[in-house]
Amino acid sequence: MTAPTKRNPLRDPRDKRLPRIAGPSGLVIFGVTGDLSRKKLMPAIYDLSNRGLLPPGFALVGFARRDWADQDFMQVVHDAVKQHARTPFRQAVWDQLAEGIRFVQGTFDDDASFDALAATLSDLDRDRGTGGNHAFYLSVPPGAFPTVVNQLKRAGMATPPTEHPGQWRRVVIEKPFGHDLASAKQLNKIVNEVFPEESVFRIDHYLGKETVQNILALRFANQLYEPIWNANYVDHVQITMAEDIGLGGRAGYYDGIGAARDVIQNHLLQLLALTAMEEPVSFRPSDLRAEKVKVLSATRPVGPFDETTARGQYSGGWQGGQKVPGLLEEGGFAKDSTTETYAAITCEINTRRWAGVPFYLRTGKRLGRRVTEVAVVFKRAPHLPFDDTATEELGQNALVVRVQPDEGVTIRFGSKVPGNTMEVRDVTMDFGYGHAFTESSPEAYERLLLDVLLGEPSLFPKNDEVELSWEILDPVMKHWSANGAPEKYKAGTWGPASADEMLARTGRHWRRP
Amino acid sequence: MIIDLPSTTTSQVNSKLVQLREEGGAVTLGRVLTLVIVTDDGTKTEEAVDAANDASREHPCRVIVVARGARKAAPRLDAQIRVGGDAGASEVIVLRLYGELANEGASCVVPLLLPDTPVVAWWPNEAPPVPAKDPIGQLAQRRITDAAAEKNPIRALEQRKAGYTPGDTDLAWTRLTLWRAMLASAFDLPPYEKVTEAEVSGEADSPSTDLLAAWLAGCLRVPVKRLKAARGEGIVDVRLERRSGVVELSRPDGKIGTLTQPGQPERRVALQRRQVRDCLAEELRRLDPDEVYEAALRSLGKVVRGRIAPKATAAARKPASGAAKAKSDGAPDPKADGKVDGKVDGKVDAKAGGKADGKVDGKPVKAAAKAAKAKAGS
Repeated sequence: MTAPTKRNPLRDPRDKRLPRIAGPSGLVIFGVTGDLSRKKLMPAIYDLSNRGLLPPGFALVGFARRDWADQDFMQVVHDAVKQHARTPFRQAVWDQLAEGIRFVQGTFDDDASFDALAATLSDLDRDRGTGGNHAFYLSVPPGAFPTVVNQLKRAGMATPPTEHPGQWRRVVIEKPFGHDLASAKQLNKIVNEVFPEESVFRIDHYLGKETVQNILALRFANQLYEPIWNANYVDHVQITMAEDIGLGGRAGYYDGIGAARDVIQNHLLQLLALTAMEEPVSFRPSDLRAEKVKVLSATRPVGPFDETTARGQYSGGWQGGQKVPGLLEEGGFAKDSTTETYAAITCEINTRRWAGVPFYLRTGKRLGRRVTEVAVVFKRAPHLPFDDTATEELGQNALVVRVQPDEGVTIRFGSKVPGNTMEVRDVTMDFGYGHAFTESSPEAYERLLLDVLLGEPSLFPKNDEVELSWEILDPVMKHWSANGAPEKYKAGTWGPASADEMLARTGRHWRRP
Repeated sequence: MIIDLPSTTTSQVNSKLVQLREEGGAVTLGRVLTLVIVTDDGTKTEEAVDAANDASREHPCRVIVVARGARKAAPRLDAQIRVGGDAGASEVIVLRLYGELANEGASCVVPLLLPDTPVVAWWPNEAPPVPAKDPIGQLAQRRITDAAAEKNPIRALEQRKAGYTPGDTDLAWTRLTLWRAMLASAFDLPPYEKVTEAEVSGEADSPSTDLLAAWLAGCLRVPVKRLKAARGEGIVDVRLERRSGVVELSRPDGKIGTLTQPGQPERRVALQRRQVRDCLAEELRRLDPDEVYEAALRSLGKVVRGRIAPKATAAARKPASGAAKAKSDGAPDPKADGKVDGKVDGKVDAKAGGKADGKVDGKPVKAAAKAAKAKAGS
């Protein structure tokens, strides 16, 4: 039982209907004119408000260079909400939310505009009752982090005033969390100099997805899977995040970063941690994190990297009925760019549970279709009491957690083909989230923003997790940078030939998701 | 797709369902529960089906509608199957029962229940006196009633209390969730002081108002006054007095609420009246017994039913809200308050039996409700 439950006579642990509403607070977004802000953050805030989960008097402050008044910004939020919100538009909800919307114009190096921001926040504390509790969402390039956090510190917004120790200030940052171990440590140092680690929320929106949290439910709430969730029964694990879109217009962010740093370091290694970790003693954030850190610290990339990794770069071609350009023809990329758009690595986890089970992680742009999944592939039955011909078409059993789209779980197993001969073939059993539960489960950002306001850190990677992930990836990156350009693959396919070879060496093959 | 099966049997319905599944793919798998709607055949049947279809988007279910037709007709079962676009994310089976069969709904429902999944029964209009003893209610893990849809909502609430069995729930309770959440979060913040006085006001025939008062009485362990609001729909106002000041949540227009707390600016809250579909979706989210609802029902007796005239109500509020009237006006108020309280208290206590209670409460309330309705109409 937490402290407020004890002291609040209206809270009852048996009362499962009552949602947790965030306490008085406000959110400041830097880089509010960006795509993410319009498409995800603003709609998520409205949806939260519509679901009654934001505190009355919630305040949303935008900070950007544009010369806008509060009304202009309000209009932008209004349009973003109307276009992208998940829940229906209700005027009453909007009016209530709009009262708390403010805009501060300025640049990151301008002291005056941060002083104006500080003044706006104290106005809000007085007029709207935000109670001095503010979260700062840094939707800005990582290069700007030091400037912004130091400005927040200078203007006295980074820490609660000493006379009100009960107030909180939190900072939300987005990937990339550095580009290697050294830069990640540097970044953590800069942020932690201003905000203590418990006030830093690193957004990895994958962790806010229902299906990712369902991995924990699937593993730890069921008796069925735990006995076979180890090297005795599991042959290997494939974790895939594929996108069908290209990188047009994202050169500034992506060139020189590449698929491995962009996706494997955060999303895929987090998925690996959730899939492979031991049972936490409780679901308290610290306990959950302890297990994730433990499994990440036991994870190593497997060499020799020439044979166990693959990287590629998409070339032009036809995809999904459209002619698409290759990476080098996309605007903004250098003509000799060696940035990889496909990356696959092999990891091993040196624990009793997983020793000898390879974990294959792959990600790429312009692949066959958009899909993210975790596939646990089981060993073949040690003995098949059938004729050879009967089981010719039988593959390996597999359990696939489909993270997106078409969220759910698939189990693949053998079944007798109807007829008077004994013949066994693979079939799948399917659980669709959309069929069994809500059609529109909350957006990841809704969950994560609410968790920031509630100060609930379990779905946010902490600095040690970030640094451990870099430790795993760094040797591979070093090897790649010393070995020339990535292999080309045609847009719309499942990656370069070397990716298939890397599994074929051990007699395995990639699932077609 | 709508398929009519006039004058049929449940086994024919079942084989038709299997046939539909084979033709259209596995559309009927993956359902998480069976929802049985019990109603009289008529216009209200469709309203209930629509609400269930909307709720099914969150909880895909098989909906079985038991529509009781004319009792005097020859016994007959007319069935209708709706799947696909006509049924939201659910599949709907409407069973129209005539003649003697109309009273034997359970026998038609049993063969159509999904295997090994929970059954929820919902009476959108009049509910049986003890839902758990009803033949269909006995099939269900969860029984949903709606006191507000009954002819006499307040008496219906008393009946719910008398017949409560774990698994019962009422939409009048579900409609409260936003209010309760808002009040609870107001108490999450310091100062953590004891509430000394509490008042809840709303429409005379709003069972949600009664339940809210009862819930507060149970949690806060103070007598809660239940007043009739001069205007507004449903729940109108909650006032909780603590030493540091008053926490007040009021919703005079049925849409926007205002939350007032000492040391905080007045804040507006979107607190629209909830539609049946939202309430139903919330109900289906939890299938375990709602112990907090039970506790609230049990606390109904602790509510002080102040049938205070609007004038007295206004006067009682004056000291806190700081209305502009002279002191001499305010002085006699506490006395007047005490009198009214004493009277009502006495009456309720003297006739402790549930039935007598209902009668005493019911009569004036009914009259008041009529008056309110007349007002609203004009």
